[in-house]
Amino acid sequence: MIIQALAFYAFAAVAVASGVMVISARNPVHSVLFLILAFFNAAGLFVLLGAEFLAMILVIVYVGAVAVLFLFVVMMLDINFVELRQGFLQYLPVGALIGLILLAELILMFGAWVAAPGALQAAVAPTPSALSNTAALGALLYTHYVYAFQTAGAVLLVAMIGAIVLTHRSRPDTRRQRIARQVARRREDTLEIVKVRPGEGA
Amino acid sequence: MVELWHSYGLPTAITVAEILAIIVPLLLAVAYLTYAERKVLAAAQLRKGPNVVGPFGLFQPLADGLKLLMKETVIPAGANRVVFIAAPIITFVLSLVAWAVIPFDAGMVLANINVGILYLFAISSLGVYGIIMAGWSSNSRYAFLGGLRSAAQMVSYEVSIGFVIVSVLLCVGSLNLSDIVEAQKTVWYCLPLFPMFIVFFISGLAETNRSPFDLPEGESELVAGFFVEYSSMTFALFYLGEYANMILMSAMTSILFLGGWLPPFGVAPFTWIPGPIWFFAKIAFVLFCFLWVRATMPRYRYDQLMRLGWKVFLPLSLAWLAATAAFLVFTGRLPA
Repeated sequence: MIIQALAFYAFAAVAVASGVMVISARNPVHSVLFLILAFFNAAGLFVLLGAEFLAMILVIVYVGAVAVLFLFVVMMLDINFVELRQGFLQYLPVGALIGLILLAELILMFGAWVAAPGALQAAVAPTPSALSNTAALGALLYTHYVYAFQTAGAVLLVAMIGAIVLTHRSRPDTRRQRIARQVARRREDTLEIVKVRPGEGA
Repeated sequence: MVELWHSYGLPTAITVAEILAIIVPLLLAVAYLTYAERKVLAAAQLRKGPNVVGPFGLFQPLADGLKLLMKETVIPAGANRVVFIAAPIITFVLSLVAWAVIPFDAGMVLANINVGILYLFAISSLGVYGIIMAGWSSNSRYAFLGGLRSAAQMVSYEVSIGFVIVSVLLCVGSLNLSDIVEAQKTVWYCLPLFPMFIVFFISGLAETNRSPFDLPEGESELVAGFFVEYSSMTFALFYLGEYANMILMSAMTSILFLGGWLPPFGVAPFTWIPGPIWFFAKIAFVLFCFLWVRATMPRYRYDQLMRLGWKVFLPLSLAWLAATAAFLVFTGRLPA
């Protein structure tokens, strides 16, 4: 238990610290790198909770794909860091106000929050050893809540198609490789054999 | 104190010994993979390859390592120091930590976790960070272009690798690597899932930035791509990481498709050879194919690489996944 507690505090502390660094780092690329560190520590916390499937999915999806694209875009931005800092004091009161409101909301919610009588019992109940959490998640998502899951999928698909439609522009002047046309090309279409007599030219 | 030793000290000591027992042979294998690559390439081009240092040039990797160790580490003036140093370390560490879940024989595994294949997939998808960080922090156009190419390439090919892994998992019914190998007792998955085996191998080449997909380092246009500014041990760490990733990808191919430590037939002369030997032989075979491809194929153009990943492999692996699922459900072979 000691090791688990130590691991929890280590993961939690690094996660919070890197979260702070995400918003305070001067360089946006460093911010993204700290964000990745925060994701990692969240995955560590998932493992400590016994949710190893979620931990791995978090690393694969957020760190392996989303953050790579994030880093990709941030690296290519041409940002003037000095200019970025200028409005800081100006926007500080607004930001602080929003932060305070969120904090107040959290306090209000958790202050008045009473756990359902069965919830705590379910939380401390031992995980059934026969059922891995991958199988449990699968049964929940694909059997019990299949319609909700499919609806979410459809919404995401529509959003993705929308993003492509909005941003795609066809450029008729670009040259593309058309493999079918290359394969279909015959010698007769492109080559002409000319008999050239000496001294006359073609 | 004695109790503390028994509950924490001893298990830690055993684990450390196991880790060393995996890493030291792995690093030796990496060193001799560079030698094997030069010998295979030389044979393909009717040359002799390294043959001066030691008998048959066998000490060449050691000489190369010593040379790199002696060189000066140069950090460019405009580089982002911390990220610049961290990039090769991340590449190297990631290529080693993945070996924690690889089973060498029945029960012979450092960490037999439930989601082993997901862990491997996660670690291999992180490999891009070392490259992209190196490209950015070097503050050089060539390195930056290499890093960008690599990021786009690895994200693209991960998608089809994911679908291939899911089709294997459908047949196994478990995410545990030992279970995946045990499920291939009757037939190795390279036969029933043959197209996926090929897709996985080719995507593995792209994922490890090997020829013909070595555009991130493409020496003819980008000098050395993402590690153009690196020298000495920082360069060596990239190099070791790349080769360790190749061995890892070969091990994944062996586990998913070539039956891991299982002999080809479960009868007498084949079962005499112990499991790890079979496993290493399969890894060596896949590695030879990696080197063979490098000796044979010209480099892809970048748009061709993207076309292959998104327009050929992705639909193919997705269709095969749907076909596998349909077949398993309708014939009632779906594992419980």
